[in-house]
Amino acid sequence: MPKMNMARALNLALKQNLASDPTVVVMGEDVGVDGGVFRITKGLLEEFGPKRVMDSPLAEAGIIGTAVGMAAAGLKPVAEIQFSGFTYQAFHQIEQNMARLHNRSRGRYKVQMVMRAPYGGGIRAVEHHSESREAYWAHTPGLKVVIPSGPRLARSLLHAAIHDPDPVIFYEPKAIYRAFKEEVPEEPEAFEIGKARVVRVGSDITLIAYGAMIRPTLEAADDLEETHGIRAEVIDLISIWPMDTETLAASVSKTGRAVVVHEGPRSCGIGAEVVARINESAFAHLEAPVARVTGYDIHFPFFQVERFYLPDSEAVVESALEAVNY
Amino acid sequence: MPRKTIVPENTVDELSILDEEGRADAELDPKMDRDSLLKVYQAMVKARTLDDRMITMQRQGQMGTFAPGRGQEAAQIGSVYSLRPTDWFAPSYRSFGAQMWRGWAIDQLMMLWDGYFEGFDLPEGINDLPFSIVIGCHVPLATGVAMAQTCQGTDSVVLTNFGDGASSEGDVSESLNFAAVHNAPIVFICENNGYAISLPFEKQTKIKSIAHRAPAFGMPGMRVDGNDILAMVSATKEAIDRARSGGGPTLIEAVTFRMEMHTTADDPTVYRADNEVARWTARDPISRFEKYLLASGVLDASIKTRIASDVDEEIRLGREKFKQRAKPNAQEVFDYMYAADMPPELKAQKNEYLRKLAARLAGKKLTPV
Repeated sequence: MPKMNMARALNLALKQNLASDPTVVVMGEDVGVDGGVFRITKGLLEEFGPKRVMDSPLAEAGIIGTAVGMAAAGLKPVAEIQFSGFTYQAFHQIEQNMARLHNRSRGRYKVQMVMRAPYGGGIRAVEHHSESREAYWAHTPGLKVVIPSGPRLARSLLHAAIHDPDPVIFYEPKAIYRAFKEEVPEEPEAFEIGKARVVRVGSDITLIAYGAMIRPTLEAADDLEETHGIRAEVIDLISIWPMDTETLAASVSKTGRAVVVHEGPRSCGIGAEVVARINESAFAHLEAPVARVTGYDIHFPFFQVERFYLPDSEAVVESALEAVNY
Repeated sequence: MPRKTIVPENTVDELSILDEEGRADAELDPKMDRDSLLKVYQAMVKARTLDDRMITMQRQGQMGTFAPGRGQEAAQIGSVYSLRPTDWFAPSYRSFGAQMWRGWAIDQLMMLWDGYFEGFDLPEGINDLPFSIVIGCHVPLATGVAMAQTCQGTDSVVLTNFGDGASSEGDVSESLNFAAVHNAPIVFICENNGYAISLPFEKQTKIKSIAHRAPAFGMPGMRVDGNDILAMVSATKEAIDRARSGGGPTLIEAVTFRMEMHTTADDPTVYRADNEVARWTARDPISRFEKYLLASGVLDASIKTRIASDVDEEIRLGREKFKQRAKPNAQEVFDYMYAADMPPELKAQKNEYLRKLAARLAGKKLTPV
């Protein structure tokens, strides 16, 4: 199996779907000639031509609104918003049309489309290039929201998102686009949307994270075991909505303790939903309050100090120890 | 030369065919056949009669809040007249006349505006989008549908209508730009009816005509007398033909007037003078067309009476059907959320809701599971 980074794996998913399905189109700012600012769409214009790979005018609402129209007309658009911080320019089209057209038309028009956007901190970027607001979309009925944490998963998850008959928000942790390589099979594979994955088995505490936070969380799990003899189970949430309550419940029922980790602001964030679901499904097994290690309820700081804002493995370890010693 | 005037590639024409006395410009008259003329006339009368009937129903508590289109019948029916069923129409919410021309049933429209979700069961055999209530937000969708026609190599076109208020929305500007850049087969109809609820056109924009925006986006524009059915049919046919033959988008401003309230919840006497309404009454699209039809012998008193009574009967039957259908269906509110299988958490919520629903319908409190 070839080894590749997440940027290449995403490119592979797009390329294979463009090749296998003539109704798949790619659109967005600079996705054509430029290949996207993160080069995720590199080479696609040359291979599939300007009717399938469309450089859009610089207008996010226009991109999402026209993509929904294309979906209504039977295409499967994969629309790129250059940074998740620019999705606010398209907020109304996402809420009013992307999330609603299937329901509004009582099933007549499917909105089989994907909105891809890089999200999250850690790349020393200017304002509006680092935030994590997946909670907006998880809070919007009618959408699905997924986030990969590595190359092989990114490819299979994007493949699944393109094949899903409903609109999918696909957030890409930009900090790890090129951070590491994994073996990715040539043959397409699909990761089922709605499922989480246990990425490390443990018995003493459950650590729940997704996206770029998986790596510090796994480091924390190593440290907990090596330094403190605590065996942590780590769950990669992957599907933000729908959320795999079953996997969360099974793990917490076993461990009795949990810490949830994400970059986005704490209040009303994804962590709050995870806590609520654990409360509803595994309350009787809990030995300690479920802790949240998250970003703060502030705007993402300028990059000279972003490392202090972002959750790190030490913060996860500290929270886990508190839960274990509760 | 360091400084000179540059002019846009596209120009804006103004078009009017019928005068207020119903006299047509012989050269510009599209010379529609008798049956078509009568069909259009009947559609205009039907749109107006439905408005009147539904306002009465609303006042009697038998209809929800809705947006009447009195005065805009020519603008609307003229717009969709030349569309094929396989073409796409993305209406704004004030589009009874156009929607009925396209095949939306009267009972369907009544269901919709009286708060029944079934009202959005879209008519089969035509490609129409359900409207969105948020101003202008359907216009990018229409543009995307048009762009898709190019990708798919069809010869279908898209027509969308919106108001003067919507012209200020970014969605409309973004759509005009996308359509022009992609040479999309779409016709944008701005029904400039003078008011966005209370805001008059001159406070909506500094320009004299919305059509002037067309050359700025790189497409042909036309300012049309929107109360002149012949002008509307001619202008939109030209734009639809151009779009179909690969000539790209057109922006048409249909200059008309909203003779009624914004919606049944609105009181227009607060913000506009009676004499303004009276001025526009003289330009009423139906009476102008009627004069034309009477003078040309297409219409006479007996045909007029017959059409009026046919329309009454059709609306009466539509209302009967609506009344038979008008039973709230609280069971299905979850069912169209996703095309795929319902996610487990939603299924659980649906079960919880159905239990509550059953209990409430039986007049009981919920018993714990």
